Amino acid sequence: MFEIFADLATWLVVDVFGLSKEKKLGDALHFFIEDTTKIFFLLLVMIYAIALIRASMNVERVRDYLAGKNKGVGYILGSSFGAITPFCSCSSIPVFLGFTSAGIPVGITMSFLITSPLINEVAVLLLLSLLGLKFTLLYVVVGMSVGILGGVFLDAIRAERWLQSFAAKALKQGGNTSSTVLSKQVEPLSLKERHIFAKEELLEIFGRVWKWVIIGVGLGSALHGFVPDGWIEEHLGNGQWWSVPSAVLLGIPLYSNATGVIPVMESLIKQGLPIGTTLAFCMSTVAASFPEFILLKQVMQWRLLVLIFVLLLVAFTLIGWIFNYLTPFI
Amino acid sequence: MKEIKVLGTGCVKCTKTVEVISKIANELNIDVNVIKETDPEIIMKYGVMSTPAVIIDEVNLHSGSIPHRQDIELWLKK
Repeated sequence: MFEIFADLATWLVVDVFGLSKEKKLGDALHFFIEDTTKIFFLLLVMIYAIALIRASMNVERVRDYLAGKNKGVGYILGSSFGAITPFCSCSSIPVFLGFTSAGIPVGITMSFLITSPLINEVAVLLLLSLLGLKFTLLYVVVGMSVGILGGVFLDAIRAERWLQSFAAKALKQGGNTSSTVLSKQVEPLSLKERHIFAKEELLEIFGRVWKWVIIGVGLGSALHGFVPDGWIEEHLGNGQWWSVPSAVLLGIPLYSNATGVIPVMESLIKQGLPIGTTLAFCMSTVAASFPEFILLKQVMQWRLLVLIFVLLLVAFTLIGWIFNYLTPFI
Repeated sequence: MKEIKVLGTGCVKCTKTVEVISKIANELNIDVNVIKETDPEIIMKYGVMSTPAVIIDEVNLHSGSIPHRQDIELWLKK
């Protein structure tokens, strides 16, 4: 179904530009054109379609739903909502406080916040189209597990001790008066309202991610075309133990969202980088970024902030090792 | 004079919202005092979770996006 984009790229590279697909430049350019056109097309169609469906979904409703839920299912729900609820990372502080002041435990809130950058509809879509169903499922399961287990762990060590004092106070009060914060009942949306919402979402998300796609695919094509064939496979292909923590550390200063990093993943895997190492690198790039962590300082003490950061790094490293070990059996 | 608060933790959209409201108020010749509120504690007190949010005379009128021109005009003319 996606051959048309490969054909388009071939036509442009070979017939229009007169380059050979066997040469490095032609090959890299082909990869770039095929992936950007395919991704842009999918984004335009799917963001609109998904936004139509989830027009009535927002963080306020998620909060009302999660408030007072049993802890066991709370983590799973928190993480699931994190995956499907749209919200901008610049809203993470108000969301954190909104959840907290509704008496939702810190662990469940963090399940939501950790999963959110890792999994979203754009990421899933790109994974499906570039790396196939099996890898997509793997990615989603792993991403949600990090969110769920991270949340369970944070509640187990009573992370709420290390909130900033006003947030801790809000959490305590929230536990008692959770019914008063429920938001007003929303009217069901008409089709026209859904269309308007979907159109705005499309413009907003596309306006935000298109440059990431170009950067991501650009890097992917550079890797594809200019790193000598077999180099990655020869040096990192055996999943050497040190390659995973190195990949995680390398991912920290590289700040990208899932949209930019997935085309790079595709290229790395095709070049023979083991799945575990690739997953570790990409999750670290997406979820462990300094700018967003510094924001959380407003609601958390340093101790908790550093703890969560280290927790994520350890989790991604473990994921990398486990998957490198399991690859022969999958 | 209307007091308008724009709540947000410093995202691009919040800054834009402040600009848009000031600009429209200027066009309509309505005297307003637009305040950008970035303190998370205060944002929490208004119960706002999606920013930017617009508070006029202590009433939360809008949250989650840059408001549309029609809406802003409506609020200002009230």
